[in-house]
Amino acid sequence: MYQYVLKRLLLLFPTLLGAAVLVFFLMRLIPGDVCELRMAGTGAYFDKEALKICQDELGLNRPILVQFWEFIRGYATFNFGDSMYTGRPIVEEIVLRFQLSLQVAIMATITAILIAIPLGTISAIKQNTWIDYGVRAFSIAGIAMPSFWLGILIILGLLITTKSWFGAAWMPPIQYRPLWEDPVYNLTMLIWPAVATGYRYSAVATRMTRSAMLEVLREDYVRTARAKGLLEKIIIRRHALKNSLLPVVTVIGIEFAFLMGGLVVTEQVFNLNGLGKLFVESVTNFDYNMTQALVMLVVAVFVLTNFVVDVLYGWLDPRIHYR
Amino acid sequence: MAANPAYDPALDAPAEKQPLATRLMYLVRKQPLGAAGAFIVLIMVLSAIFAPVLSPYDPTANDFAAMAEAPSGAHWLGTDQFGRDLLTRIVFGARTALVVGFASALVGGIIGLVLGVASAYFGGRFDLLFQRVMDVFMAFPLIIMALAVVSIFGTGVQNVIIAITIPFIPRCARVVRSSALALREIPYIDAARACGYSHTRIILRHMVPNVMAPFLIMITAFVGQAILLEASLSYLGLGVQEPTPAWGLMLQGGAEEYAESAPWIAIFPGLAITLAVFGFNLFGDAVRDVLDPKLRSQ
Amino acid sequence: MKTFAMKTAAAFAVGAALALSAGAPGAAQAATPKKGGILKYVVPAEPPSFDGHRETSFALIHPIAPFYSLLIRVDPSVPYKSGNFVCDLCTEMPKPTDGGKTYTFKIRRGVQFSDGTELTAHDVVATYQKIIFPPQGVASARKAFYVMVDSVTAPDPYTVVFKLKYPSGAFIPALANPYNFIYSKAKLDQDMHWYEANIMGSGPFIFDGREAGAVIRGKRNPNYFHKGKPYLDGFEAIFAKKQSLRVQAIRGDRAAIEFRGFPPKSRDDLVKALGKDITVQESNWNCVLIVTPNHKKKPFDDVRVRRALTLAIDRWGGSKYLSKIAIVKAVGGVAFPGHPLAANKAELQKLAGYWPDLKKSRAEARRLLKEAGVPNLKFELHNRGVDQPYKIVGTWLIDQWKQVGMTVTQRVQPTGPFYATLRKKKDFDVSLDFNCQAVVNPLLDVAKFISDDKTGNNYGNYQDRELDKMFDAMNQEPDPKKQRAIMRKFEKRALDEQVNAMITLWWYRIIPYRSYVKGWYISPSHYLNQQLEPIWLDK
Repeated sequence: MYQYVLKRLLLLFPTLLGAAVLVFFLMRLIPGDVCELRMAGTGAYFDKEALKICQDELGLNRPILVQFWEFIRGYATFNFGDSMYTGRPIVEEIVLRFQLSLQVAIMATITAILIAIPLGTISAIKQNTWIDYGVRAFSIAGIAMPSFWLGILIILGLLITTKSWFGAAWMPPIQYRPLWEDPVYNLTMLIWPAVATGYRYSAVATRMTRSAMLEVLREDYVRTARAKGLLEKIIIRRHALKNSLLPVVTVIGIEFAFLMGGLVVTEQVFNLNGLGKLFVESVTNFDYNMTQALVMLVVAVFVLTNFVVDVLYGWLDPRIHYR
Repeated sequence: MAANPAYDPALDAPAEKQPLATRLMYLVRKQPLGAAGAFIVLIMVLSAIFAPVLSPYDPTANDFAAMAEAPSGAHWLGTDQFGRDLLTRIVFGARTALVVGFASALVGGIIGLVLGVASAYFGGRFDLLFQRVMDVFMAFPLIIMALAVVSIFGTGVQNVIIAITIPFIPRCARVVRSSALALREIPYIDAARACGYSHTRIILRHMVPNVMAPFLIMITAFVGQAILLEASLSYLGLGVQEPTPAWGLMLQGGAEEYAESAPWIAIFPGLAITLAVFGFNLFGDAVRDVLDPKLRSQ
Repeated sequence: MKTFAMKTAAAFAVGAALALSAGAPGAAQAATPKKGGILKYVVPAEPPSFDGHRETSFALIHPIAPFYSLLIRVDPSVPYKSGNFVCDLCTEMPKPTDGGKTYTFKIRRGVQFSDGTELTAHDVVATYQKIIFPPQGVASARKAFYVMVDSVTAPDPYTVVFKLKYPSGAFIPALANPYNFIYSKAKLDQDMHWYEANIMGSGPFIFDGREAGAVIRGKRNPNYFHKGKPYLDGFEAIFAKKQSLRVQAIRGDRAAIEFRGFPPKSRDDLVKALGKDITVQESNWNCVLIVTPNHKKKPFDDVRVRRALTLAIDRWGGSKYLSKIAIVKAVGGVAFPGHPLAANKAELQKLAGYWPDLKKSRAEARRLLKEAGVPNLKFELHNRGVDQPYKIVGTWLIDQWKQVGMTVTQRVQPTGPFYATLRKKKDFDVSLDFNCQAVVNPLLDVAKFISDDKTGNNYGNYQDRELDKMFDAMNQEPDPKKQRAIMRKFEKRALDEQVNAMITLWWYRIIPYRSYVKGWYISPSHYLNQQLEPIWLDK
């Protein structure tokens, strides 16, 4: 077990290094750079001298391998550098956005669980009835609907319904305030993207709950419970549900890792100042340092979450042994 | 494409000799959602093929006498801000969606298939190295990869396909590899090796056919995802470009601007995407149920 | 859905700025400004560094300009008039001496930077030294605007003298550039790059914090030298990239105004939904999209093909219809419509692509294509990934060209790769490009069309020495009438005879905002008049 944990932890490094190589060279293949971008305003007049000064300042004229070495060396010493666009420390730029993305991810996960577990359970109990089909269609619709479209519909719906009910159009706040400072404000802002994303992610979890539940319902102990004459409700609640949750937890854990960097489109729709929006902006702004930092962050979160889920799974389910 | 008989769940129906209608009814009863999905997919394929016949309008011609008109007898789904018929653009958009969906699912799937099987077959260091590379691609944020690819190569249908294909490869390779690992130990592969067959032949002739089930499941799931991803890229302004009719593109820019006064511009293309992806997912689920013996027993 | 307000807008002369709906300009000025309140406005992008001398984005002007003063500026009470420059830090607009080669500015006394130090002529000189003669390793984006300047000196703490190499009508407009924030000499001496990451000026507001990617805040400067101002207690510049979201922000009163400009449809929706709570100001905009054929690429080296491209475009019709869906409106030539140097309608109609008879024009386009041997011309339009108005105009152009038998596809790139293609790869067929200047100054703005080795923003890959000569002659010509005559010849050559590039439609700036915002007047540029000190809230 310990050996397995250690091995898995060590595997984090080749993955991170690989991601570093990939993002570093991928970004530099995009034609243009942040200095050229700076000269895109006011008729795109560009001063060659100013361009060169900017490139020298950011070290963009150095040999590419030197730049790469600097990047790796910086990360090895926990020096993540400055944003090439705003010129501020990466950490300062990320902190606020990380907070927001984390909160949306948590809220979306809660929404997903609240939708998935009851629906998945009902779907399994009523397998192959119209209820089952309805639930499955509902959850698949969640994956099928483009999240940005759902977002547009939600904002529009809010504007129109509040206008017709209260006489004045209301829209969610567009500036972030932390939950502990102003919970009402914070929640009225983040509940919408959380619901939009949560619905989407509930689809996978619903499916998982359903199949896990189906499996458990055929287990011997459930049959025994039924034979004892226990009420179906009690069987489901006490015996089946608890045991079918393990795989569901796994799925939710992995989806959560995706959420951290994967809210790109949703954050665009709701103007959330989170990691996903920063991601798109840093790619389009040629902010190499920022993109690198974000990729490393997202990859690390992804790998670590997978690792934690695996270990937890093994720990919770005694049937699994790691070598 | 979707009608390729090899993957048609209809073939799985037990009573081969019965008339077609009976067999179809059996299928509809056994897999009602799958049948609904297949039906949606079929409609989409047909409308893509017969797009020019189905609509009297040109999908790209501007008509400034009919800007942002509400649905009517002349324009069933209304027109957009350039006066272009929405129904026509949606019907032609099905082509773009299908081309992008199938091309990226097939190309990504096949490359993933070959890589996954090869990795399992050769094992050892090659497998280890390959696994690490796949780890990197799996962990790499999908939309960022697509964003970078489109920024490098530029927008347009072809490049969108590339951008969507790349992230599919490792996902398919991983699933295929795990099925293929079990195969490696089976005696007939050893036998083939003993016969002195080349690696290529063993991989393509002996191993690949045996991992077709997970492969097909992946592919059907990919098509829907690819359509959705294409829409997302177009929405971010990085996908297919005007005047090519494409659903995601129709939702970008103007649609949001007009969402309130001309909601049809935003609603119908969104519905088209939802319905198409919905259809492919239902169909994919049915394919999985039919092909995956473990699930079939349920 | 035409409201009364819009009809009024259409009725007014082109080029005039209009405050519509509830508060007409006169009424607004009559009311006594109220003090207090926080103005919230949305900005489409986050600025890069804070250094105005180095950056070119309007995203810097909107949140940062209120922290600084300028030497001279466009009059904030009538910003829509061309050439109405007034003092900000100086006491009186100087008359040039020495045959137009010396300008002497007197600086106000008692002006303070927000750190309490006094602002003197030495600070103004240090600022302009940095802009015009930047030291090694310091970037100055608009250095080239000041080629005529020989020296900047301060004979005493309240006098600044600019000496020019030759008299130039372009000097004062260049000086009024809204990016020329006056910095503190002490800070610059300490570190030339200090202002990239810090803010410290003498403007109406004092920097009050930033949330990365979200907002920049300013609070009232109690020691501001324009007495009694600013009226606001502070402002919040909120970054919101998506246009639809910015519109909704105003609709839901999460923000009061956006200073760049909304499309006509959003204006109509806001007016319809909010009635008299929304006021609209509109103006012609000193920005224009230009169709730039790549002169190094066949068949666009052939003037007949270029001429066919321009003849196919229905500008008069486009002005009517496109202006309903995009932020473009006025038909114009190379000079800002409505400016004394601009062509009038009769003059325009003589140019290719502006003929009153569209049928004749398109027939001629087809004939020219045939004659050039490319009757079914196929090419790719290179465009920038910005919705308003780039992609809308692009879609419109493609349809226009289709009507004379051309097949055009579109390659859209994000801003970065878009300029990399224009500047480095140069492998496009025909590209959309734009010209957009802060201070309306056609004499310099038309530099866009002169030979690519003489200017920094001509991406058509051509040299036209005739145009270069006319450009220089025009800039050294003191008589406005003769300037105008040369401008016509310049225009004729650039747009008709050589068709080096094609003007599409000039942009149209529409600012719908919450009616409680008072004291702000639209200008023909989203770079101008953004210090916000005359604004007050009627709440």
